[in-house]
Amino acid sequence: MNPYIDAFREPTPARALARRITDLASQIPKDRRPFRIMEVCGSHTMAIARYALRDALPPWIELISGPGCPVCVTDPGYLDAAIELAHRGARVFTFGDLLRAPGSRETLTDARAGGGDVEICYTPLAAVEAARADTERPVVFLAIGFETTIPPAIRAAVEAHHAGLKNFSLLTAFKLIPPALEVLASDASLQIDAFLLPAHVSAIIGATAYEGFVRVHRRPCVIAGFEPLDILYGIENLVHQALAGQACVENQYSRVVRPFGNPRAQNLIEEWLEPEDAVWRGLGVVPRSGLRLRSDRAEFDAARRFALKITAGRPHPACRCGDVLRGILHPQACPLFGVACTPERPVGPCMVSSEGSCSAALRYRVSMRNVE
Amino acid sequence: MCLGIPLKILAVETPGCGFVDLDGAAQPVDLSLIENPRPGEYVIVHAGFAIERLDTAEANARIQWFRELR
Ligand code: SF4
Repeated sequence: MNPYIDAFREPTPARALARRITDLASQIPKDRRPFRIMEVCGSHTMAIARYALRDALPPWIELISGPGCPVCVTDPGYLDAAIELAHRGARVFTFGDLLRAPGSRETLTDARAGGGDVEICYTPLAAVEAARADTERPVVFLAIGFETTIPPAIRAAVEAHHAGLKNFSLLTAFKLIPPALEVLASDASLQIDAFLLPAHVSAIIGATAYEGFVRVHRRPCVIAGFEPLDILYGIENLVHQALAGQACVENQYSRVVRPFGNPRAQNLIEEWLEPEDAVWRGLGVVPRSGLRLRSDRAEFDAARRFALKITAGRPHPACRCGDVLRGILHPQACPLFGVACTPERPVGPCMVSSEGSCSAALRYRVSMRNVE
Repeated sequence: MCLGIPLKILAVETPGCGFVDLDGAAQPVDLSLIENPRPGEYVIVHAGFAIERLDTAEANARIQWFRELR
């Protein structure tokens, strides 16, 4: 029992919201259908699939998943570098869902089977503990993720710094959501009418962080939590904004997201990191959409310490994750989906991570209705 | 990778460290990203860190509004 989770999953208000959306959506003129809403948060992807929210909506409201799963947008070249570290004798610590994500040739699981030391952790602090327990061996934490995961990873480096540890570093591939939104909204072929903005990324950066984006791109936006009632209420607001000809950032997750975000987390980012151009699977190189360790923090940068050259990797040629991540291909439309590519034997990262669109679609058998 | 759920703070120990209630078990949590955390408050926990506090007044008002929907 968790009162602040369960209350947002109750079926009666969910049905009421679905009816309200259907009523409102009937006013969307035929020439503006389908109305395409993109979410850019793996937890939204999972919740939409798990609670079959697509089935509760009229068919001309399309919910599409964008590049919101950190593992999915990570270039295979990053995994190649992580695997190389394991082969070179570093103790590599990672969140579990990166373990089976394919690099150009192998996965971290393969590296482990080949004798590499790859360990799963639930918090980056576990990697610091390991570095403390054995100061002889280098420990590297695989620091990927969006704004939400960046402060925890940097806090781990701060801990290591305070403890005087010389054997702890981060292999970073941090990514920022607002620059990705710019790319998605600028591409007319993706036909995105509105955005459901991520919950906990917004908790860090604040609701005002999207104002510049909305001013330029004029799309209705809602920051929503990722319980079913939050998502449905968010969709209602997006349709409402569109019908009223509005485009603003509505913060419906005000129980967690403040206008200016979390200042402690932002200070940490400011002190340790600086912007860089980053490679996103599906989007390519997006200017200033990543963060790297500043040069005065180089001792914590695994790429510099191990003189790693991180180059663009080679994804599986038949995998369509890039199209899935831009919302132009539904997972089920990939010829490999559920046949050659399954959660047990994933071909692409979107099938690996539980937050990936392909994995969510397979696990919850997402209806094909919105695909055809 | 993104757990991100609201959990209640059970205890605040050394500055920046404490325990939250995870299904009845006391789970260690890093509270260093939260200004002045207090036991009994709810925080969003992600990767072992409290990343923001839950405003229970806002949450309760929204819950009430949802409950009135028919
Ligand atoms: S089903 Fe598999 S191969 Fe196809 S896009 Fe998804 S992850 Fe890639």
